[in-house]
Amino acid sequence: MPKVPGLVKGLGVTMGTLFRTAKNGADTVQYPHAKEAPPARARGVIALREDNCTACMLCARSCPDWCIYIEGHKQLAPPRRAGGKPRQVNHLDRFDIDYALCMYCGICVEVCPFDALFWSPEYEYSEPRIADLLHDKDKLGEWMETVPEAPELEAGAEKKK
Amino acid sequence: MMSIALEIPYWGQSLLRVLGGVGAVLLPAGTIVYLFLFKMMSFMQSRLGPMEAGPYGSMQLLAEVGKWLQKEDIIPENADAKIYKLAPVIVLVSTFLLVVVVPFGPDALFTDFSAGVFYALAIGSVSVIGILVAGWSSANKYSLLGGLRAAGQLIAYELPMVLAVVGVVIQAGSMNLQQIVVAQNSGSIFGWDGVGFPFVLTQFVGFLIFMIAVQAELTQVPFDMPIAESELVSGYMTEYSGFRFLIFFIGEFATAGVFAFIASVLFLGGWGIPFSWFGWESLEAVDGWMNIVGPVIMLTKMLVLTGIIMWVRFSYPRFREDQLQRFAWKVLIPLSLANIAVTAILKVAI
Repeated sequence: MPKVPGLVKGLGVTMGTLFRTAKNGADTVQYPHAKEAPPARARGVIALREDNCTACMLCARSCPDWCIYIEGHKQLAPPRRAGGKPRQVNHLDRFDIDYALCMYCGICVEVCPFDALFWSPEYEYSEPRIADLLHDKDKLGEWMETVPEAPELEAGAEKKK
Repeated sequence: MMSIALEIPYWGQSLLRVLGGVGAVLLPAGTIVYLFLFKMMSFMQSRLGPMEAGPYGSMQLLAEVGKWLQKEDIIPENADAKIYKLAPVIVLVSTFLLVVVVPFGPDALFTDFSAGVFYALAIGSVSVIGILVAGWSSANKYSLLGGLRAAGQLIAYELPMVLAVVGVVIQAGSMNLQQIVVAQNSGSIFGWDGVGFPFVLTQFVGFLIFMIAVQAELTQVPFDMPIAESELVSGYMTEYSGFRFLIFFIGEFATAGVFAFIASVLFLGGWGIPFSWFGWESLEAVDGWMNIVGPVIMLTKMLVLTGIIMWVRFSYPRFREDQLQRFAWKVLIPLSLANIAVTAILKVAI
């Protein structure tokens, strides 16, 4: 078979794609009307499980953009065992993430020692005003529902107690 | 048809001509942008293009024009304001002047210019001045580089274009575009006059050279060095915004349409259908209804030709500046000179 010149072949590729798109539809999705499901582990937004947070500030300090704002105070909690001393615990007053600053590096999620921060594939949270991208702990807590189940551990892995 | 035309007063005829000219420039431009730039390009990239404004995004163009009109008209501080403002108008006006010689039917023409080919090729290069002036007056090094590249390129490709047309002129024996149309539609191939005698058959080399030169004249992609967005931002259009940019944009695609009109007149038989079909002997014998059908035929041919121009545009990567110049001077110009020589010899010999 004689070799087809590259120039003609190039024209064939674009025309072929045109007819394929006309016949089978486009590879793209008409976004507001149709949506693509993001992959389960997609980095859409960072969600917070408030109960696990001890206001240890590790995430805020490791954040390269300083976009996490944490305020807390110490308070007394009832003793673990009857007759014991009341415990002193950190109570979380404020946990805000400014998504206008966040660069989605995920260091805060990695660094959290108490499993309080999670990646969620949720991505539809744009705002008309940039200041409205500062989300508080209630909003971050709502996103916990969209966090997928953690994947199964590898066979033979030591389970954390 | 002539009798009807005579009943219209002079101001009415002038008005008709102006409206016709605006229509003949803007209608192709809009069609090309929607059909090819929005839809064909999108489909070639496996996407749908604009779908929201109107059915299948057909009103997108109005939205775009509205957007450009309400944008701020920015003039750089160091720019030569008067010339800077004038430049896009020069480019668009050259397009309007170009459409004037294109015949759309036996009587549907703006002016019956006996040296029409000469005029069209001369006016076609006026836009170079607009582009060069735009680049120079913007007070921006990218604009200046783009303007200079455009000037170099347009002058280089002007030559093969002119030389390619000479073959057609020799064969038709006339520089009048209307006569060229008549020559193609009243001719015959070895005595068979079923399809007339479009010059693309004998002047195929000339047609190829002409279309390549048109591609370069329009600075469409394989030849888009003057507006190479990865190195010159947007070339001579860098500083333009709002409706001045819109004028450049319309000018680009309107010129594509008008050059396609001229190419279809020169090589594809223009508005005509073979005269033997209806037994017409000469131009005067052509029935009046061709004034309605002719423009439709022209529009169809224009769409086919601009479709090819856009197809090439969306398929190929850009030439380097030196490759671009070498291609014009070392390939196209010798080839078109050889074409003229061969055509002239055959014209005399046969």
